[in-house]
Amino acid sequence: MMGFYFAQLLTGLANASSLFLIASGLSIIFGVTRVVNFAHGSLYMLGAYIAYSLVTTLPGVFGFWTGVILAAVATAFIGAAIEILILRRIYHSPELFQLVATFGVVLIVQDAALAIWGSEDLLGPRAPLLDRAVRIFGEPIPEYDLALIVIGPVVLGLIWLLFQRTRWGILVRAATQDREMVGALGVNQHVLFTSTFMVGSFLAGLGGALQVPRESVNLLMDLNIIGQAFVVVVIGGMGSVTGAFVAAVIISVANAFGVLVWPQISLILPFLVMAVVLIVRPYGLFGTPASAHGASVPEAPLRAMPPAGIAVAAIVAVGAALLPLADDGFLLVLGIDLLVAMLFAASLHLLMGVGGMVSFGHAAYFGLGAYAAALAVKSLGLPMLPAMLLGPVAAAFGAMVFGWFCVRLSGVYLAMLTLAAAQILWGITFQWQSVTGGDDGILGVWPARWASDRAVYFYIALALCGAGLLIIRRIAHSPFGYVLRGGRDSALRAEAIGIDLKAHQWLGFILAGALAGVAGSVFVFSKGSVFPDTLAIGHSVDGLIMVLLGGVQSLLGPLFGAAAFVLIEDWVMRLDHWRAIFGVIILAIVLLAPDGIAGGVGRLLTLLRLRRPA
Amino acid sequence: MSAVLTIDKLTKRFGGLTAVSDVSFALKAGEFLALIGPNGAGKTTCFNMLNGYIKPDGGTVALKGRPITGLAPRAVWRLGVGRTFQITQTFASMTVAENVQMALISHHRRTLDLFSRASRLYRAEAEALLSRVGMLGEADRAATALAYGDLKRLELAVALAHAPTVLLMDEPTAGMAQAERTALMALVADIVAAEGLSVLFTEHDMDVVFNHAHRVLVLNRGELIAEGTGEEIRANATVQAVYLGGGTLSSFGATPPQNGGVSP
Repeated sequence: MMGFYFAQLLTGLANASSLFLIASGLSIIFGVTRVVNFAHGSLYMLGAYIAYSLVTTLPGVFGFWTGVILAAVATAFIGAAIEILILRRIYHSPELFQLVATFGVVLIVQDAALAIWGSEDLLGPRAPLLDRAVRIFGEPIPEYDLALIVIGPVVLGLIWLLFQRTRWGILVRAATQDREMVGALGVNQHVLFTSTFMVGSFLAGLGGALQVPRESVNLLMDLNIIGQAFVVVVIGGMGSVTGAFVAAVIISVANAFGVLVWPQISLILPFLVMAVVLIVRPYGLFGTPASAHGASVPEAPLRAMPPAGIAVAAIVAVGAALLPLADDGFLLVLGIDLLVAMLFAASLHLLMGVGGMVSFGHAAYFGLGAYAAALAVKSLGLPMLPAMLLGPVAAAFGAMVFGWFCVRLSGVYLAMLTLAAAQILWGITFQWQSVTGGDDGILGVWPARWASDRAVYFYIALALCGAGLLIIRRIAHSPFGYVLRGGRDSALRAEAIGIDLKAHQWLGFILAGALAGVAGSVFVFSKGSVFPDTLAIGHSVDGLIMVLLGGVQSLLGPLFGAAAFVLIEDWVMRLDHWRAIFGVIILAIVLLAPDGIAGGVGRLLTLLRLRRPA
Repeated sequence: MSAVLTIDKLTKRFGGLTAVSDVSFALKAGEFLALIGPNGAGKTTCFNMLNGYIKPDGGTVALKGRPITGLAPRAVWRLGVGRTFQITQTFASMTVAENVQMALISHHRRTLDLFSRASRLYRAEAEALLSRVGMLGEADRAATALAYGDLKRLELAVALAHAPTVLLMDEPTAGMAQAERTALMALVADIVAAEGLSVLFTEHDMDVVFNHAHRVLVLNRGELIAEGTGEEIRANATVQAVYLGGGTLSSFGATPPQNGGVSP
């Protein structure tokens, strides 16, 4: 028995090594560049694929380890290309805008990997000389696992030497503390950022390459690892390599033992650990307050909408109301999708744009709304309208519970706790088969008979989502909305004029959750079903992209962003290589309009006005 | 004159360092009181304990006899203590007028109002406050567009919004040009005289201190070493020793130590 637990511990430690490699790279990159690199999982996956190709070509022990190292080096150069071609151009965009760009990279890499290596899972060879198992306390332990257990601390030691003993390492540590100061001291930031990105990518590639003998190489590796890697970085403290190591060990070992108690726990355990750590230590185990925020760009004061703007909005509203006259069925479905996405994005914008609380898990409240409405119909037997009311109520309740914890944090740490909350809720809907139907979801949630005509339901969606959007706009201009914006600008000043900021932020969180719940309710009756993926990270990221793409500094931004996202997705999904095309479109918008679509439109209008003869 | 703010045996330790040690003094009604001392004397720590930003390890603070030690900054503000910061803290994404309106909205407890238009609330009162500090012409500009001296004036208008009985100003002229310093402090002195509020301020510029303060407190290594009028402080041998190893205080008014106003 003793031996079994020891074997379990060793498995955990072996897993910790590769998790540490990818997380340390992510942490170093964030520390210096403040980029939340969503493509880090893609670099990990590329490292694994390239290593697979190399080790199946190069012979023997020498060939294996050469292949692993070369794969890591190749990944480093791919990372450098991403940094130089894309990220370098948008470092001065609003906080987290770079995240959208890295998501574009994720999509492109997915399609590239599919094109090069195919969709089959690839099984790599075992590592030569390390392909057997040794018995420890009577339990077989793969030799390769033991090698990994050694490799993790060795790499940690090498990084430590690099950081302590080289000028480059000192610069990296200095930039992690105070990027502006390092710039002011005349350090070439281009070189520093690119080399940091290369080192981080190298570590991700190495982590991927070392996994080849342990598990199959497949196209899901990127998104499977990225969530855990973020968790590790946050638990350790953004920018801390030692923290990443300690956190990787904690997570992996806890997972190795957790699965013995409850096999499905690995889905949510890392997020539970993260939630607990962040509540106790708001900046992670080794993090400091300075590392929580990225660049902030001053935002222009809110102005009332000019008459021309009101006219355009009215025309759009009337046009939308007339849409059923031009009905060909398809347009109405798309219209409902658009309305749902707009309300979802606008509710997220209320939270992150107005309130400055970036959420990586806003889909949780959308999903809560959808599930609550669906369950109200299927389990409680309520009619459609009361069920739709229950959606936002449930979402508000969820936001009340999780928001209470989240508003105690700020910046990336707050974002990560929202992600943890969403992941925990997702885990519950996924596992709680008897109530939520688990993976099979809830089917047959159709509108009441009087609303079963698509045009009628379109008007319901238009009324509810339209009202939601107007309410959000109203809140943004209200004293409450100003308090949220003020707290985002200067929490110190808010406190100094007698405002209990946390209480207001909590209410803001609840309101944003409830409004996302409205979108979820409308969504579920338009689709007739709901599945756990409405709460999943992917859907939260969709929302983020809509807001950031549209322009986080404008109230109209999320509407533009949602419209662009839904329309592009609808068009592109029907094409081959839609991911790559979607990724390229995202990158194009990011590079052409670094302040989002709303910012781009604003600049275009200014340009036209200047051109017009006076 | 009766005491508005009474500080009794205030003490704060950071690890082994006693930053503020047994400091006691009183701020009287209508008084313009300066708190000076070399860098690291404990001025800012002392200051931050008066309005709840730092919890003291010992001692009490009382506002008109009512103990306020340990209250949150926002609670202290509600009782009528306003403050300005060494590095200005304003709402960057709002206009100048809206910055003042926010303080008024909070004062009138309208912060949970979800449906009024914030930019229309208390606009007239905000304009009156802005004109009091000479900023009415800038009312509709973005706060980010202001020069640093104007930001300081805006902060003053914000701090006056709830008609405080006590105003705490942490290095009000830090980072400003000489002419602006004089103008700002003349304005504050004018407001003190006209409205009878009490002001406690920390300051490095001795010209500012001796030209305007009714009374001066000198802090060194966490302890209050002198208290008196400008003349008395200038003549005080201990203070001279602390500041310039024997030089006179008035002699370095022209070259004040510069340390504030720029973020690290």
